[in-house]
Amino acid sequence: MDLRFLEAAPSTVEQDAIDAALDGTDCGRDQLLPALHAANDAVGWISEGALNHICRRLSVPPAEAYGVATFYSLFAMEERPRKVVHVCVDLACKVNGAEALAAAQTDYVVRSPCLGVCERAPAALAVEAGVGSEYLMPELPLPQKGDPSLRLLRRVGVVDPSSLDDYRAAGGYAALRNAFLLGPQDVIREVTEAKLMGRGGAAFPTGRKWAATAGQPERPHYLVCNADESEPGTFKDRVLMEGDPFAVIEAMTVAAYATGCTRGYLYIRGEYPQAFTRLQNAIDVARERGFLGTNIMGQPGFEFDIEIRRGAGAYICGEETAIFNSIEGFRGEPRSKPPFPVEKGLFGKPTVVNNVETLANVLLILTEGGQAYQKIGTAQSTGSKLFCVSGTVPRPGVYEVAFGTTLRELLDLAGGVEDLRAVLLGGAAGGFVRPDEIDLPLTMEDARAAGTTLGSGVVLVLDGTVDVGGFLLRIAEFFRDESCGQCVPCRIGTVRQEEALHRIVRREGDSQDLVLLRDVGRVMRDSSICGLGQTAWNAIESAIDRLGVQL
Amino acid sequence: MTVVDIGLPRRLVEFTLDGEQVAVPEGSTILSACKDMPTLCYGDTLEPANACRVCMVEVEGSRTLVPSCSRKVEPGMVVRTDTERTRHSRRMVLELLGSATDLSTTPQVAEWMAEVGADPTRFGPDAATVAQPAHVDNALYVRDYSKCILCYKCVDACGDQWQNTFAIAVAGRGFDSRISTEFSAPLPDSACVYCGNCIEVCPTGALSFRREYDKRAEGTWDESKQTATTTVCTFCGVGCNLTLHVQDNEIVKVTSPHDSSVTHGNLCIKGRFGWQHVQNT
Repeated sequence: MDLRFLEAAPSTVEQDAIDAALDGTDCGRDQLLPALHAANDAVGWISEGALNHICRRLSVPPAEAYGVATFYSLFAMEERPRKVVHVCVDLACKVNGAEALAAAQTDYVVRSPCLGVCERAPAALAVEAGVGSEYLMPELPLPQKGDPSLRLLRRVGVVDPSSLDDYRAAGGYAALRNAFLLGPQDVIREVTEAKLMGRGGAAFPTGRKWAATAGQPERPHYLVCNADESEPGTFKDRVLMEGDPFAVIEAMTVAAYATGCTRGYLYIRGEYPQAFTRLQNAIDVARERGFLGTNIMGQPGFEFDIEIRRGAGAYICGEETAIFNSIEGFRGEPRSKPPFPVEKGLFGKPTVVNNVETLANVLLILTEGGQAYQKIGTAQSTGSKLFCVSGTVPRPGVYEVAFGTTLRELLDLAGGVEDLRAVLLGGAAGGFVRPDEIDLPLTMEDARAAGTTLGSGVVLVLDGTVDVGGFLLRIAEFFRDESCGQCVPCRIGTVRQEEALHRIVRREGDSQDLVLLRDVGRVMRDSSICGLGQTAWNAIESAIDRLGVQL
Repeated sequence: MTVVDIGLPRRLVEFTLDGEQVAVPEGSTILSACKDMPTLCYGDTLEPANACRVCMVEVEGSRTLVPSCSRKVEPGMVVRTDTERTRHSRRMVLELLGSATDLSTTPQVAEWMAEVGADPTRFGPDAATVAQPAHVDNALYVRDYSKCILCYKCVDACGDQWQNTFAIAVAGRGFDSRISTEFSAPLPDSACVYCGNCIEVCPTGALSFRREYDKRAEGTWDESKQTATTTVCTFCGVGCNLTLHVQDNEIVKVTSPHDSSVTHGNLCIKGRFGWQHVQNT
C-alpha cells in the first residue's frame, strides 16, 4: 500500500518500546492494539511520533490508527502526568464512597467506569508510565474459601497461581487427558449432555456453539476466550483468572481440541493487570512444559497455542463480534449478524467465543461426565454459578452456589442485608428485584419469568441509604460513555436517555420525559446493532415499572 | 461496443414482503425488493454500513428489527415494512438524528419525518448536538460536520472500497465519534488527494463543493435553475463520465453517474474540480 505517513518521529523510549512489542511478530494490522499499549505504557500517552512509528511498522494508515487509538479510554492522546489513578465511580463504588476516595488522591485522577474489583469498593487502580499498574486496595480472601462444596472456585486461594505443579497436584490437566481419550466429537457430546449454557450473559448452549463451529469445513478455526468482563458489578472472571490461571489455559485447550482450533486468543480487559500477569506466566510455563504448542501432552498431531490480548478500556469489546474487530486492529465496533461467529468470526473464519466462567465449567464436565454434571442445579439451568455480590452488603465477593439457590440464601451467605431497598440483578443491562421478591430461585428461567436476567452474575445490593435516582443516572451515564457510536439509536439514544434522567433527578422533568424515555428505550431495544444498545434501557425501565421509582 | 458483465445466473428466492409473494435473485437484500424505502447510510456503490437504522423492517422470528439494506433474503422469510413497530423505530431514529444534527440539506428527510410524525424538538433546547464550525481549510471542498450523521460512507469511499487513500477515519467513541484525519490535522496536511469521492457519497451535504458552500452562504444556490449534462472527461484517456451541474451558465459542481462502468461515481481531482478553465474568459 502506498500510504502517507506523518513527519513526526518517536522518542527513543517510544521507539524502543514499540519495537520490543513488535519483535518477532508478523507485524500485521492485528498487532495495532499491542503496539498502542507499548507506547502508552512506556510514556503514558500516544504521541504523533509514536503513532507514526507504529503506522510505518504495521503499514496502517495514520488516520485509521488514530481512529482506533481514540476509541479506547485507557489511551491518552495528549501528554498527561506519568502517574494516573483511575478511581472507579461506577455502581458498587459509587454507593461505597468513590467520590471521597477520588477527592483524597494526590495524584492525577481519572474517574473510571467499573474496574471490576467491586468486592473491594471503592476501587482505584494506579497506572504509572514505565512502571506498571497496581490496585490501591488491600487483597481480600475469597469469602467461601475452604468450603468443600466449591467446584469452580475450589483451587482459588488454595493453590499457588504461578505453579503448574500445584495446579496438576490439585486435579489440573485431568480434564484434557479425558478429552483426548474421548475424542473431539465425544467431548462436544458430553458438553451438550451437561446442558452447559454460556455464562457471559446470553446463556447460549455451549455444546451447540461448539458443534456448529466444529462442523465448518473452512479452516483455520479460531478460539476466543472472552475475558473482557466489563458489565458494572462483574468481577467473577477476574477472580478465576487471578486464582486459577492454569484452569483457563487448560479449558481453552479442551475447547480448541473439540472444535478444531489451532490458535486461541485470550482477550482480557485492560483494567486487570494482575490477571494479565498471572495468565501470561501460565501460558509461558504451559508452553515450556508441553501443555501448549505441538503434540500437547503427547497427543500426536494436536497443536494449539494462545496469545493474550489486552483490552484498553471499552465495555463494548466484550460483545462477541466487537472483540474480533478489536483483536484484528480495528475499532471495537460490533458487526452485523448474520453471519454469526461460528461461520464468519475472527479474521472472517469460523470462531468459538466463550466466556472464562463457561470454560471453567468444561473442566468439571470432562472430569465428572456430562450426566453427573447436569444433576447439579435445575433441569434447565445446570451446574453451579458464580455470583458477584457487591454494594451495601457486609461480605461482598464472588460466591459459588448451585443454580436454584434463592437470592435470599445468597444474600445470607454474604452476611444478610438490613433495610433492603432493591437488588440489581444482571448488571447495568439487567433488572431490579424488590425486597418482597428475594425468594427468587437463581436460575436462568426463573430470572426470565421474573422479568430480569442473571446476566453475568451481578448481584448488586442497595439498602435504604442509597440514592436510587443518582444510581440510575450513573447507569445512564455508563451507557452514554460506552456506546461505540456506530448506530443512531444507541449513539444518540443513550445521550437523550441520560439527559431526560438528569432532568428527572433534578426535579426539572415533566410527564413528557417518561414518555420520551420509553420511546427512546424502545427504539434502542428494537433497532440497535448489538446487545449494548438493546439493553441500555433495561435497568431504568425496571426501576420505573418494577421498583416503582417515582420519577 | 460496451461489454456488460451479466454475471453467473442466480436462483430466485421467494419470500413474503408485506403480504405479497416476491421472488428475488439469491443473495439480494431485502432493500432491493422494497419500493421507496428511506435510507441514509446505504450507498449504491458501497458495502452496507448498517449504521443509520432508518431502513429497519420486521422479520418474523427475529427478536429485533433488521436492517433491510444489509439483510439478505432467505427462502420463506416473512417481512413487513410498514407496521406500528417499524414506524415507531423510523420516527425515533429520525427524531434522534434531527435533534443532534443539521439535516437542512439532506434530501427527502423532511418528507420522511412528516410521514411518520417525527418531531426532533421534543428533546428540548438543551439536547446535545454535534453543532460546530465548518472546516474550510482548502479551496476545493468544505467539511461541515454539524451535518454529519456518521454514515461511514465517506470513510469507505476514501478507504479500501474505492480510493485507497485512507485520509479519514472515524475517531472517538459514542456521541463524541467524528470523522477525522490523524490528530484532526487540516486536510492539506493529511493524505487527502482531493478526488471528492467522499462528497459524491455524502447523504447530508456535510461534505460539499466549496462553490456550493459559498453560493449557499450567499443565498444564490438554486437547484431548480440547474441543469445536469453528462459528458466525457478530457483530461486523460480513461474516459470517465462527468456530469456537469450548471447554474446561470456556470459549472457549480461535477458528479459522475454511479452506473458508469468506468467510474462507478468516482473521479479524480482533475475531473472533479479541474473545470475552472472552461469558465475563464
